[in-house]
Amino acid sequence: MSNDVDNSRRKFIAAGVAGTAGLVLAPGVTLLDMANARPAGEAASSTKRWGMLIDSTKCATGCNDCVTACGKENGVASTGRPETDPQWIRKIELKEVKSGKSHSLPMMCQHCAEPPCVDVCPTGASFKRADGIVLVDRHICIGCRYCMMACPYKARSFVHEEHDDQNPDVPRGKGCVESCTLCVHRIDKDLEPACVEACSAGNHGAMLFGDLNDANSEISKRIATYATTQVRADLALNTGVRYQGI
Amino acid sequence: MNNDVFRKSKDGAFYFVLGVIGLVVLAGLGAAYYMEHHGHVVTGMTNQIVWGLPHVFAIFLIVAASGVLNVASIGSVFGKPMYKARGPLAGLLAIAMLAGGLMVLMLDLGRADRLIIAMTYLNLKSVFALNVFLYTVFFTVVALYLWTMMDRKMHAYSKYVGFAAFIWRLALTTGTGAIFGFLVARQAYGTALLAPMFIIMSFSFGLAVFMIVQAVMYRWNDRVLDEAIQHRMKNLLAVFVAAVLYFTVVYHMTNLYFAKQTDFERFILLDGGVYTNLFWFGQILLGTLAPLAILFHPDLSKRSSWIVMAAMLVILGGFAQLYVLLIGGQAFPLSIFPGMVESSSFFDGRIHTYSPSLPEFLLGIGGVAAAALITAIAVKVLPFMPEDKVHKVIAAD
Repeated sequence: MSNDVDNSRRKFIAAGVAGTAGLVLAPGVTLLDMANARPAGEAASSTKRWGMLIDSTKCATGCNDCVTACGKENGVASTGRPETDPQWIRKIELKEVKSGKSHSLPMMCQHCAEPPCVDVCPTGASFKRADGIVLVDRHICIGCRYCMMACPYKARSFVHEEHDDQNPDVPRGKGCVESCTLCVHRIDKDLEPACVEACSAGNHGAMLFGDLNDANSEISKRIATYATTQVRADLALNTGVRYQGI
Repeated sequence: MNNDVFRKSKDGAFYFVLGVIGLVVLAGLGAAYYMEHHGHVVTGMTNQIVWGLPHVFAIFLIVAASGVLNVASIGSVFGKPMYKARGPLAGLLAIAMLAGGLMVLMLDLGRADRLIIAMTYLNLKSVFALNVFLYTVFFTVVALYLWTMMDRKMHAYSKYVGFAAFIWRLALTTGTGAIFGFLVARQAYGTALLAPMFIIMSFSFGLAVFMIVQAVMYRWNDRVLDEAIQHRMKNLLAVFVAAVLYFTVVYHMTNLYFAKQTDFERFILLDGGVYTNLFWFGQILLGTLAPLAILFHPDLSKRSSWIVMAAMLVILGGFAQLYVLLIGGQAFPLSIFPGMVESSSFFDGRIHTYSPSLPEFLLGIGGVAAAALITAIAVKVLPFMPEDKVHKVIAAD
């Protein structure tokens, strides 16, 4: 009887100690896990330029994996009103006028080095991070939509109505403009953008993410080896997203 | 002197008119609240047509505000006495219309509550931010200009302040045109031609508004506008209307010459449905050719009611022109992959549709009413009625 009580007390104490130890140690463990990622207090560095290479020859018509993954990761869901629904990434089907050759590819913010959206933004809410990611500061966006007028890729959306299904990592709000963040919250944890991860998980291999400034990165090697394209290269915006096969 | 502008016998009528205008302003504010509360989903604007009817109204008012000051400039800067007498009214209308236009622009913002941010966080590379600066200084300079014109002690400075206002007005409309001129991606915009085109549009729309307001004030006071003055102003309006036509022709001819722009021109000039109709029937026929015919007609051009009709048509044409430029320019899809046919769930490669909603219209017309309200109150309390030294007043009593 008394042994039973002792046992239960011992278990309780052991569980308490383990729990406390866990609470004390876990953040450290997590920190160790994230040792490769940029610490929260440190600013993004211009030594990196994040970019993406999309191989349209591996991108199948009808495959929407990247779009679905983006929606899930960023809490961008359809309301059934397609004209006002935000789209951070979309599949575009292309057909060459003369030859009829078709291409399928994802289109999103091209994370330009010279972004027209940043130039035109009256408040500076539209900005480019040091590592090349183009973002919207939701605290100072006034919802004027001038950036949407300026973007050559139709990459930006205006939030036309209230949303209550937000992902805590990705704050969104009615009355502000938004677009692909290159999953900045994942990049800062040393993870790939959700779309790229989904494309790899589906064994499509059409999307490659990496540092364009690092000559040894896979993306830089591929760009150095194969003919790649910047969409609307005539505008000389120096896009961070490149395409292969179109 | 001027105390009879809105004579006591007409006080009842004046307050009635004021009340009606006030109600329209309230309707506009109500519409803005409704849009703010529910989000822009209740408007006709979408992720394709991001600027809609409110912007057509706002830009018309801002452009006309700058142009109406022309009347004062011709007086102060170029020394024409007939226009000098009209300077104060022109300055008032400039302030009133700019205020109305900015009200619409501000209340259409997704986050209109962040007005302070719009005024304190300025990205100096942005034409919009530059415009915030241009508008603020414009208000100040025109207010000073009014002071120098209306206070005898300040008359000596009128010419200098008037000159500053003249230069600033040109800068302001250059800025408005540049909002579109600096958009590199869209085929309707991205040309420096839009800056001078907006300036000449401002001359035309501004003078048309002035002539209508002037006619209303003369009619209200049972006065008749001197024929010589009427003649000169209608000729000036005709010149401005013709100049806008010239710029329109140059704009479209330039586009037609560039192979990459021919699809866009085909859309506006031939297959664009509502935009094509608004261009040919609204802007060209009703807004340009009809007023020119009236203003140069040997008989009709002598009748004040026909001249007012011509001015109204110019304004109608101005709205049509801005609608085609703003909405039509966005309705034509971006050419992201030139030479390829594009399709997607985001309406790539398709003509975008837009149906303006009632709240948008109410907000826009609310801005016009706000300008009218400011004007009506100001002319009631201060001497804005043009007083010509040589005029032939035919007072009814």
